[in-house]
Amino acid sequence: MTSLPAPGPKKLGLVIDLDTCVGCQACAVACKEWNDGGVAAPLPDHDPYGPRPLGLWFNRVHGYEAGEGRRARTVHFPRSCLHCEEPACVTVCPTGTSFKRAEDGIVLVDENLCIGCKLCSWACPYGAREYDYDSGVMKKCTLCIDRIYNEAVDERSRIPACVNACPTGARHFGDLGDPASPIATLVAERGGVELMPELGMKPVNRYLPPRPARMGEGTADAPEALAPVVPAEPDRGLLHWIDRVLSR
Amino acid sequence: MHPALSVILFTVSSGAGFGMLALLGLAAAVQPQEAPAGAVIAEFAIAFALTSFGLLSSTFHLGRPERAWRAFSQWRSSWLSREGVLAVASYPAALALALALLGLLPPQWIRPAGVATALLSAATLISTGMIYASLKAIPRWSNPWTTPGYLALGLMSGASMLHAFSRIYDAMSGVEPAGAASGWLTLALLLPALAIKLGYWWSIDHAAPRATIESATGLAGRGPVRQFEAPHTADNYVMKEMGYRIARKHAKKLRRIALALGFALPALLVSGSVLTPGAVGAASLSLLAAAAMLTGLLIERWLFFAEARHVVTLYYGAAAV
Repeated sequence: MTSLPAPGPKKLGLVIDLDTCVGCQACAVACKEWNDGGVAAPLPDHDPYGPRPLGLWFNRVHGYEAGEGRRARTVHFPRSCLHCEEPACVTVCPTGTSFKRAEDGIVLVDENLCIGCKLCSWACPYGAREYDYDSGVMKKCTLCIDRIYNEAVDERSRIPACVNACPTGARHFGDLGDPASPIATLVAERGGVELMPELGMKPVNRYLPPRPARMGEGTADAPEALAPVVPAEPDRGLLHWIDRVLSR
Repeated sequence: MHPALSVILFTVSSGAGFGMLALLGLAAAVQPQEAPAGAVIAEFAIAFALTSFGLLSSTFHLGRPERAWRAFSQWRSSWLSREGVLAVASYPAALALALALLGLLPPQWIRPAGVATALLSAATLISTGMIYASLKAIPRWSNPWTTPGYLALGLMSGASMLHAFSRIYDAMSGVEPAGAASGWLTLALLLPALAIKLGYWWSIDHAAPRATIESATGLAGRGPVRQFEAPHTADNYVMKEMGYRIARKHAKKLRRIALALGFALPALLVSGSVLTPGAVGAASLSLLAAAAMLTGLLIERWLFFAEARHVVTLYYGAAAV
């Protein structure tokens, strides 16, 4: 049923730390690997070693530059489904394929019902849905529903594959509906933001903004540039003598 | 947005077909009387052919067309589903109307069947518009001009088709043109349709952006944000489907061509067909008018897709959408 369920208290989602993400692509690769064997499998690649590869991924890591001059910085930006509270991708679906789970808020696709009309991918502002050209159905991030509730998986690993793989701890998983949860506390402490709130989808996932660049006044007093090894004045000493000899 | 040929054919063809049915229903509701069998059969056959061709071609872009019947199930939330339900519900109403006009059903059926046909067909046109108008992620579609546009263009092209085939029927049956009502109706429907289309184009050219790369990345307040590197070296589905772009100069030219073929030329030809005394001349002019109009609408519909930009392009380097 593509009408949205009454909002439940539990809102499982991800929090992504743009300050610590180093853009290593481990989350994207781990996502591809897990989901290529999970409930949404396969995630086909066309012409993978050719000149125009075309692949289905649920998680893609972009790179941006923010700001200008010395305060500009590069930001690595992983993009995946935000499991919105009011997902337009669900309500536009004509077949009942797309749905939002009342019990934990995860947005899923029932591939057995999908007609491949692609309207959900038009409705999603975040590009979270990708089309499987081989099986003619739409696929998307499942928040690793086949891991997080999977009793065959070691208890510590019952988290999404992308979170499990992140080497810098830039990805966090938990219940954003519980203000006391560690992940919600983190969002409150670091001023986590919603992406494109103006579109009204109420995304659940949050992004932690990069911390200010450490430079200039009030920081560790690092010089802006290396000082010359040889002091300009006075013009004497061993290093100056070597310099004079080598300059002849 | 990628302009899929099947969707362009579908919206133009079924738009004209449901426009015809809406006007036939309205005419029967206003003036409930039996009509010459040949005319009724021709008009309804053409309308059904246009709507059915449209509905069939809309299934060509589906990944799993054999499951298309499932699309009737989610009318509570989805405009696409509502469109399907209303389109299919128009068929029995229009069939009952045609049979009543032919005298095969009691004449008191004409008015209710006409009202039902008109309402269901107009509602189908409106729900087609709402599919696009409800997509907030595509700001150039989700504006107040989109849905009136689909209704007005459908009625306009439906009137032009009706005019053409009533003139052809007159010419073939050898009767003198009975009246120019369908021609005047076409001209009367052409003006609001033109105004709405011009308003739509003005609106998408002047609308303030709905989202920016800063709001899309959550990096607002740090100065301008630029794409530094893409996540992949070749296109992906999102870029192919949502990232379609068209050069502005071509858009301007195509808009002029759409205006000339879709509105100006049909207005001249329909006026000519109303004023021409001969039945054969009137029939050829009105047929040319309908052909030019449908061609113009195909270009207009192509532009509707190609000029629409999706906010997901913000993640791929667009600054504001």
